[in-house]
Amino acid sequence: MFPPIPNASVAGEASRPRFSERDLVRRSASEVALPTTRLTEIAKLIDVTKCIGCKACQSACLEWNNLHEDIGYNHGVYDNPMDLTPNTFTLMRFTEWDNPESGHLEWLIRKDGCMHCADPGCLKACPSPGAIVQYSNGIVDFFHENCIGCGYCIKGCPFNIPRISKTDHTAYKCTLCSDRIAVGQGPACQKACPTQAIVFGTKDEMKAWAEFRIKDLKSRGFEHAGLYDPPGVGGTHVMYVLHHADKPSLYAGLPDDPSISRVVKVWKGVTKYFGMALMGAAALAGLAHYAVAGPNKVTEEDEDSAGSLATGRDLQPPRGHA
Amino acid sequence: MTAPREHGAPADIQSGDAVSGTHPVQVHRYKAAARINHWITAASLILLAVSGMSLFTPNLFFLTGLFSGGQWTRTIHPWIGLVLFFSFSLLFVRFWRANLPVQADRTWLAKIGDVLRNRDDDLPELGKYNAGQKFVFWSMSALILVLISTGIVIWDQYFSPFTTIEVKRLAVLAHALAAIFAICVWIIHVYAAIWVKGTFSAMTHGVVTGGWAWRHHRKWLRELVVKVDGSKAAEIPHPHSATGPSSSPRRPS
Ligand code: HEM
Ligand code: SF4
Ligand code: SF4
Ligand code: SF4
Repeated sequence: MFPPIPNASVAGEASRPRFSERDLVRRSASEVALPTTRLTEIAKLIDVTKCIGCKACQSACLEWNNLHEDIGYNHGVYDNPMDLTPNTFTLMRFTEWDNPESGHLEWLIRKDGCMHCADPGCLKACPSPGAIVQYSNGIVDFFHENCIGCGYCIKGCPFNIPRISKTDHTAYKCTLCSDRIAVGQGPACQKACPTQAIVFGTKDEMKAWAEFRIKDLKSRGFEHAGLYDPPGVGGTHVMYVLHHADKPSLYAGLPDDPSISRVVKVWKGVTKYFGMALMGAAALAGLAHYAVAGPNKVTEEDEDSAGSLATGRDLQPPRGHA
Repeated sequence: MTAPREHGAPADIQSGDAVSGTHPVQVHRYKAAARINHWITAASLILLAVSGMSLFTPNLFFLTGLFSGGQWTRTIHPWIGLVLFFSFSLLFVRFWRANLPVQADRTWLAKIGDVLRNRDDDLPELGKYNAGQKFVFWSMSALILVLISTGIVIWDQYFSPFTTIEVKRLAVLAHALAAIFAICVWIIHVYAAIWVKGTFSAMTHGVVTGGWAWRHHRKWLRELVVKVDGSKAAEIPHPHSATGPSSSPRRPS
């Protein structure tokens, strides 16, 4: 068993936040001065092989974050609601898979939610300064007072995570319980999980624990068991242990090799420079032309010719008419 | 909207175009409705460019202040886009016929060096619009079509369920690129009006001087003079008009 995180201390000192704005490594649409000391990277490890699908984590998330989901419909499946929403930051997704090798019907249950990418596409796409931040401990957090509700984060995210609220028109997703972690607690979902399918600690601890779990799984015949910490987004601070790490997409479409879309990189990269340069060049060309060629002025003769034409005394043959 | 035109009138004469006075000659180029239509289009294009650019690059995010903040900028931009689209569509109906390319545009473009050096003597006589103006017209038409279609795809508040994220990514990129080109075309358009003196009054008062029309759009001026006095029709040369009567370029005074 992974040693549980002790309950919060009641000592005054304990409520002092462990990290703050001084620990930002990225801030949307802004430059940040990198902090001199970096926090230890933390991570949440979701061991899909231990999950029993009880949804205690999903409920704990609603409860801790004071979120309320409308009463929905039963669609005949266990997924409820059917997708992430501005209130559902985490969602259990159920997949039935007929394993052709073993002949077993496997029930794959994945806890979906923000992966807290080391290279977050949401933050890259966001146009509003300070609406999305990344702390040196790896947490990617949204600041609602700076969010303008444009939905660019949705286009940037390789995991289809953020959702815009129809009430306050700002984007929502899992915060990794940044408010709990700031005071030395683990995320609410982790605390609620009855099987330790969710564990929380430093990223190194989580990798070591995952290795132990994977060894165990392999010894039980899951030869492709492995850790999901996708390098395409620089690794994540929410990782999965998968029985079939060679086929992540089995798990309700978890991307096999996620990375920030090339289209998003072009949009947020070369397009900005190209655009500013082209518009600047157009304006400069105008100025330069005016300086060199000068204005094109109507002359007195032009006015006279027009007068003659109008009064029918035009003797000039039309130009270009040989 | 183009008023019904007399049968056989040249394509570049729009409703309200007319010559009046003799010395100085005044040429009516845009009637009030066309000018209002133009300025609504212009105002919405500028507001769209400013609000859009504020989201395009963090350096210009402060421009959202003009729309009382980022949330309002995000909200209002697509609505102004709709105004632009409908307003421009009206302009399109008004102007498209006069913007059809003709043979003289080719000659004019071949002599673009002379145009840029203000050497107007050797240029062909032109109808209501030159090839540069036609370029602005058609490229804006195409770009606004791209902007409205991609803009609706990325208008998440109402249209997010209808397209996939991959399509939205392409749409936002296309929208940004089309916006850049539209702003460049707009810069060219405004610069041309500053460079070619006497142009602004066409859109402020609806009137240009006869000299301006003679210098830049002589074929159009000739057509209008004919229109004023139908009896001259047979006498005034129409060198480039397919529909105009052909006659000797020289006529007795
Ligand atoms: C014609 C109808 C148009 C519609 C429906 C439309 C809609 C949108 C929408 C929905 C956005 C995303 C931000 C937001 O939600 O407000 C956007 C962004 C933008 N729009 Fe438009 N727009 C239109 C026309 C224009 C025009 C004419 C321009 C400029 C000349 C323009 C320039 C921009 C720019 C620069 C962005 C930011 C793109 C980026 O962040 O890279 N738009 N537009
Ligand atoms: S919706 Fe909010 S968080 Fe998402 S990109 Fe726009 S401003 Fe940033
Ligand atoms: S999973 Fe999506 S929302 Fe979460 S940090 Fe990565 S890019 Fe951002
Ligand atoms: S609380 Fe644990 S066991 Fe229950 S659904 Fe969540 S991850 Fe699975």
